Amino acid sequence: MLDSQKPRTPLVEMRDISIAFGGIKAVDHVTVDLYPGEVVGLLGHNGAGKSTLIKCLSGAYQADSGDIWISGEKAEIHNPRDARKYNIETIYQTLALADNLDAASNLFLGRELVTSAGLVDDARMEAETRKIMGRLNPNFRKFNVPVSALSGGQRQSVAIARAVYFDARILIMDEPTAALGPHETQMVAELIQELKAQGLGIFLIEHDIHNVMKLCDRASVMKNGQLVGTVNVDEVTDEDILGMIILGKKPERSA
Amino acid sequence: MTQTTSRISASNPATGIFGRFLRATEIDTRLLGMVGALVAIWVGFHIYGIVANGSGVFLTPRNLWNLSVQTASIGIMACGMVLVIITRHIDLSVGSLLGFAAMVMGITQVWVLPQWLGLGHPAIWIIASIVGMSVGASIGAFHGWLVAYRGIPAFIVTLGGLLVWRGAAFLLARGETISPVDANFALIGGGPYGSIGATGSWIVGLAACSGIVWLLVQGRKQRLKFDFPLRPMWAEYTLGVLGCGLVIGSVLLVNAYPWPRGIVNQYAAAQGIEVPEGGLFISHGFAIPVLVLAVVGIGMTFLMTRTRFGRYVLAIGGNPDAAELAGIDTRWMTVKIFALMGFLTGLSAVVASARLNSATNSLGQLDELYVIAAAVIGGTSLAGGVGTIYGAIIGALVMQSLKTGMVLIGFDAAMQDIVVGIVLVLAVYVDKLYRSRAK
Repeated sequence: MLDSQKPRTPLVEMRDISIAFGGIKAVDHVTVDLYPGEVVGLLGHNGAGKSTLIKCLSGAYQADSGDIWISGEKAEIHNPRDARKYNIETIYQTLALADNLDAASNLFLGRELVTSAGLVDDARMEAETRKIMGRLNPNFRKFNVPVSALSGGQRQSVAIARAVYFDARILIMDEPTAALGPHETQMVAELIQELKAQGLGIFLIEHDIHNVMKLCDRASVMKNGQLVGTVNVDEVTDEDILGMIILGKKPERSA
Repeated sequence: MTQTTSRISASNPATGIFGRFLRATEIDTRLLGMVGALVAIWVGFHIYGIVANGSGVFLTPRNLWNLSVQTASIGIMACGMVLVIITRHIDLSVGSLLGFAAMVMGITQVWVLPQWLGLGHPAIWIIASIVGMSVGASIGAFHGWLVAYRGIPAFIVTLGGLLVWRGAAFLLARGETISPVDANFALIGGGPYGSIGATGSWIVGLAACSGIVWLLVQGRKQRLKFDFPLRPMWAEYTLGVLGCGLVIGSVLLVNAYPWPRGIVNQYAAAQGIEVPEGGLFISHGFAIPVLVLAVVGIGMTFLMTRTRFGRYVLAIGGNPDAAELAGIDTRWMTVKIFALMGFLTGLSAVVASARLNSATNSLGQLDELYVIAAAVIGGTSLAGGVGTIYGAIIGALVMQSLKTGMVLIGFDAAMQDIVVGIVLVLAVYVDKLYRSRAK
């Protein structure tokens, strides 16, 4: 990790990001980065500013100040469409699914496959959806019902499929396993390993310290909108990280 | 797959032959319920007429033809209202906007254009219609802009519009009624001359039948190509026969309604035809406003099911945040949806003022309630995300049937309002029950 990091440019650099809502500094001069093939955990209490920070990257919010650099170039991300242009895909905690539409419509929402006449090609989209779901969640059968009729795990797999299908380079996962059972959690963990091996960079917002220790290479901890610090996960213990989250104290020995 | 289907049918005792039929043909129960309500209303009024007045007049070609013409104006607007309600908005201004657009068109074609082009110029009706629809679309877009970019709730924007445009319609001609409208323009409103006759109706009917067959064949081909589950062959045939039967039935119906004798004599005199002893039977055929409604219905269904625009409308209704995060420009979409609503209101104003052969500032009063009721009865959910165009058109037909029926059996206006109000509330309640059971 360490020797490969120095010479390469980071995939994402969020420099000195600040954003305030009505006088409350939700994110206060935070700098984080992410390298290809790396999983960076974002940790902190509820309201620490993790989701807000990451929404600046996915285009849902715009930072008041600070820059975002993608592969060494300054990126202008004003809305979710811009983010998608940089191959940034996001799996939101709320999943962001339109409950009244079926899996295929959700998967391709905003990026529909169209026929030569410019009309939505539902058949081809369903076929593609069947293909990718066959890989991610082979038990998935409910292709022709609104996603409101799906279980939590099935909905999650639709949201994940959407992020993975479009050749993401940068993946943001906001508590991807919060609604899942142990078996499905394991599936997500395997998927993260697989995507990492393909060279994607992943920001993972996660509350479960166990999952952080298992899945992440580095962890950035936030408290009250500020960055406490970033540590290499294999150089610290889970107590160190808990200390950072709860006390906002960075362990002395870490990088 | 097969295993799950057989298990479902085994565990559900309510599915007999009828349930199997519905599943195979993929007709939804809701549509069936609406058609059932419609038939009940029709038969009910007819029988009431027989019992109370000694003659049933509801189920006659004449009444049903008139019903179709009267439905057109509400139906056209209901198609747009579906989109507005799906995206969790409302438009209370359509009735007033209709009056305003009709007034603008009346002035254009009666006061302005004849001075430039001469009275009865063939371009007058085209220019007037375009002006009316543009006025509607621009005002709709303005409403949409206020809602989307200025954050004023649609309820308030269009409630304001309800007052503003009615007042503006009055001011335009200081309350005068502008009449008669251009002769060609008046044809769009129906009437004996504004209908396409027996031969024309057969041509339309056969075209519609081949369209239905083409759709079925095309759909099956598409499913085969991607290896999706197919409808059984008998279900395909049933759908085809049902669809074509309905079309041919309506052709026979509209062709069974002859021109009134006075018009026939006038026409015969103008054409130099000898009217035989027993009179001349000239069929009305489909009225032009009904064909306008059909084109709008097909066009809007196409828009909603085959284009990205329609998909985004549904997505915004289902989850506005998700739509935004998926990169859909929801605010611009809102402007477009309201503009489309305004455009259809303008078109509806063409039909309504042509039918009346005049423009009055009170045209379209209370239409907003009928239009909203039509959309809701047709299954558009006020919670957003759900609704169909065909449902709204059937809903419009239900509302108009109630109205016509009550007139025929001699209810006065006060009673009609009471019934319409109750039906609207009841429709929303039934919709709520239906949805909570479906879950």
